[in-house]
Amino acid sequence: MTDDISGMTSQLAHDPTSLVFLPLADALRRRGQLEPALAVAIRGVHRYPEIADGHDLLARIHADRGDGDAAFDAWTSVLRLTPDHLGAHKGLAFLAFRAGDLGRSAKHLSRALELAPEDASLAAAVERIRTMIATRAGGAEPAADTPRRSGPVPIPPTATTETTPTLLLDAQGRVLRGRIDRTDGLDASDAVAAALAGVSREAERAANLLGLGHWRAIAMEAGPFNYEIRTPTAETLLLVARGREVPAGRLARIADRAVDQARRWLEELG
Amino acid sequence: MISREQAVLDEVTRIGGVRSALLVSSDDGLVVVESALEDQATEAAAAFAARLGGRLATLTSALRAPPMSVLLLQATAGQLFVVVGGPGLLLVAVTSNEVNIGEVRLALLAAAGQLN
Repeated sequence: MTDDISGMTSQLAHDPTSLVFLPLADALRRRGQLEPALAVAIRGVHRYPEIADGHDLLARIHADRGDGDAAFDAWTSVLRLTPDHLGAHKGLAFLAFRAGDLGRSAKHLSRALELAPEDASLAAAVERIRTMIATRAGGAEPAADTPRRSGPVPIPPTATTETTPTLLLDAQGRVLRGRIDRTDGLDASDAVAAALAGVSREAERAANLLGLGHWRAIAMEAGPFNYEIRTPTAETLLLVARGREVPAGRLARIADRAVDQARRWLEELG
Repeated sequence: MISREQAVLDEVTRIGGVRSALLVSSDDGLVVVESALEDQATEAAAAFAARLGGRLATLTSALRAPPMSVLLLQATAGQLFVVVGGPGLLLVAVTSNEVNIGEVRLALLAAAGQLN
């Protein structure tokens, strides 16, 4: 990965007109080097303003940096160039969701699902948003000072065409990737990671004691949410959370995919 | 004369593949009532179920979400089901991997309903 980045950096230095800025900025973003990723992407987008994927990449970098306004502008630029850009619809859905605009979020998610009907995570997100809208319509509107978001965020900030794990943590209870929010909308990633540290060791010990072999998954139902805990590698734990409208069996399949992606991502990290 | 709790647990263990069914105190992980095949580590299952339930309670607490109602640990050679069985109580079942998960889940939920 580092060699790839060095090679691409060298290639871009020799030929500033090269389209290698796209994979280079994305590789830097995936490594968490957001400032250099941003610099590379901005230069590339200035040089090639007509390339939608450049704006999309720029938006994802902005989103990862927590700059929602800039991400919104970039994804809006994508849709001006390519109205059916899947990543832009997903990104704008995420931003709308975070802003509490469920209707707009549902609109973008629905369009994304039309563009990628096989994407189970998108189908789940659409279902969840629709349920939330129906619930809100059927009940009292939240008070003005009540955060409008409820439940685990359906699409993480770095959403691409892949299903990104909801929360990936290491054995010491530190977040590696992803995010999960409290029902009042505040980020609970660190607290959840700390709560889950040691679960894998405990599950393994119990499975051994009970003659159950090696543990593979923990599924949990809790109020309006379903959770699935997996261990992509011996040193990591993955938590996937969805609303109860996503049945346990489907959540298990979503978790399967999330585990695969987490393993690939960890391999990329080296 | 068997107790009502024992009868409820015996119903669960009649399902094929269920090795043991336990009523467990969630505070200390002690077995209150059990219905098990021979050689089952029921005390270990009870202790682990309570400990895991407690740990995952910190997860839902961190999310300000409702507490766990059903838990399933899946392993390569069997499964552990945990269902909240009332205040301070857990219903636990240890099964093979050949069981019908939906059937066991419903049986445990029904058992919890009878015990409440």
